[in-house]
Amino acid sequence: MAPVLDIQHLRKTFGDFIAVDTLNFQVEDGSFFSILGPSGCGKTTLLRMIAGFQQPTEGKLLIRGRDMSRVPPNRRPVNLVFQNLALFPMMNVRENIAFGLKRQGVGAPEISRRVDSLLERVHLSGYGNKDISQLSGGQKQRVAIARSLVLEPSLLLLDEPLGALDLKLREQMKIELKKLQADVGTTFMYITHDQSEALVMSDRVAVMHNGRFEQIDTPRNLYSNPATRFVAGFVGETNILPVRASSSAPLQVQTSFGLMLRATPVGNCQSDTLDLFIRPESIILTPAESHEDINLFPLTVQNILFDGSNTKLLATVGQSDHELLVALPQNQQFAHIGKGDTVPAGVHVDSCRCYPRGGS
Amino acid sequence: MKNHFRLGLFIFITPVLLWLLLLIIVPHVELLLMSLHGKDDMGRTVWTLANYRNFFTEEIYWYTFVRTALYAVIVTILTFLVTFPVAFYITKIVSPRLSGFLTVLLLMPFWVSELVRVYGWMILLRESGVINHLLTSAGLLDAPVEMLYNDITMLMGLVYTSMLFMVVPLISSLEGMDDSLIEAAHDLGASPMTIFYRIIIPYAAPGITSGSIVVFMLALGNYLTPKLMGGKNSLWFTEQIYNEFIASFNWNQGAAFGFLLLALSSLIIWAGLKISKQQLGKALS
Repeated sequence: MAPVLDIQHLRKTFGDFIAVDTLNFQVEDGSFFSILGPSGCGKTTLLRMIAGFQQPTEGKLLIRGRDMSRVPPNRRPVNLVFQNLALFPMMNVRENIAFGLKRQGVGAPEISRRVDSLLERVHLSGYGNKDISQLSGGQKQRVAIARSLVLEPSLLLLDEPLGALDLKLREQMKIELKKLQADVGTTFMYITHDQSEALVMSDRVAVMHNGRFEQIDTPRNLYSNPATRFVAGFVGETNILPVRASSSAPLQVQTSFGLMLRATPVGNCQSDTLDLFIRPESIILTPAESHEDINLFPLTVQNILFDGSNTKLLATVGQSDHELLVALPQNQQFAHIGKGDTVPAGVHVDSCRCYPRGGS
Repeated sequence: MKNHFRLGLFIFITPVLLWLLLLIIVPHVELLLMSLHGKDDMGRTVWTLANYRNFFTEEIYWYTFVRTALYAVIVTILTFLVTFPVAFYITKIVSPRLSGFLTVLLLMPFWVSELVRVYGWMILLRESGVINHLLTSAGLLDAPVEMLYNDITMLMGLVYTSMLFMVVPLISSLEGMDDSLIEAAHDLGASPMTIFYRIIIPYAAPGITSGSIVVFMLALGNYLTPKLMGGKNSLWFTEQIYNEFIASFNWNQGAAFGFLLLALSSLIIWAGLKISKQQLGKALS
């Protein structure tokens, strides 16, 4: 069976500006696929091309194997949940959800049945006759998703739909969306600049930068094996240290403040100015045993950033002023550490990832 | 705090109440009383309904009345049809920078008085006017044609003078509409026609209603344009009122006509609101 979405050499330019640069990818049926990227990376343009609001400059876009280039938005088997939701203010909840079904010429009893079943699915039973202005942010969200899902699209596109919600509600909606997707089995294509949304919900995530995909992978791989310098810096928290390579094979680098570390090169690390990436949680305080694959150095605690289970230290190596972010383990093992303390620390060679500076 | 608020409210509302009382309510009460008076055979002033009876018995009054109402409705519809595409173009299609400029261009003719604008049309359209001159010198016409003094020209003049009062509420209601509503409807399977009828028109409905009410009332109560452009055969009911007051010097009859016109406009607006399921308060807010 053909993949739900098949994109071949897709390109979109606005004058000299390349918004989407020759993309090739497929989205599997029933998966939750996210596109993660900073604002202005071209992700909204890509989404609008899939929905049909913009025409690609070059390339092909197939949905279930069917070429979409001459199909207008109202005839495509995809639906879009807008960033600002775009619910129709002059209609109530029920009429909003029924809008698409009416356009398809579905009979009134069938519309009523399908709207009811969807209202129940998004936990809004009994809200059918409310006006849009009477709903809370999260409820509007669910109406917007229901309005698209009721049409049973091959692919549901979501354009940062959680952006307008407050933090707590966003956390809650993340889980609800993931459950809903697993429940209905529709393929979701989710666009966001929020890495936590993408990592939590998705089966696969594409990291987009300057109109290109830097990496398409599972959230776990994206986090632990970032393929490029951009992905390493964009996904997850990390310490970035500019370094000079002092020897290659095995790679040994020296930081600007004189610390020598053994590291793992990723990509083409031929030049001797590199960037070293170390995740805060891969720095181990007071390592139990010294192992030859572990880099050892003393850390001086400068600040403790208490945040419950997410508490971190800001620490410097020896007398330098370059601060490293170190995650504390969740047990209370290091609760006694205070400002100004010096602790031995270690980091495994595999967790010291070096990328060539500048380009990807 | 509360006392201050009361005082402020009082200060602001007093001129409004005075204006309503002295310039609207008092004259109307006076006119109402006048319309219910007449002279008996002895020349004495007595209470009578004769002024209203005259209206129903004299055919010409009836005819003018219905004609005026009908034409005012037609003017309202035509004004809407002409201005809606303009308002849509200004708010949704051109860039925001240009749309401000276009709005100013649209308002510019209304800086001069209605009289001057009507004379402008007359200079263009009369038998020895600009259009006739161009057409005859281009050989398209053998002899000049009189384009003034008929119903079509009068309607055109009325539409032209009313345009501003329709286009401004339309622009302001369409401006508030998020473009993504149109895209969302398109995405959910609506054709451009459906989007127009189901999304754009309902969204702009309050603007359409308030524009229509103003245009209708202005057209119904207009005197200048029908008088100057309509000529002898295009009687307008305001001219009947004018004739009673000024020519016949029958103020009682004129007052009765005035009240009939008021009743007519209220009735038609009420019916219009009922048919379109709009609320007056919502439309004018």
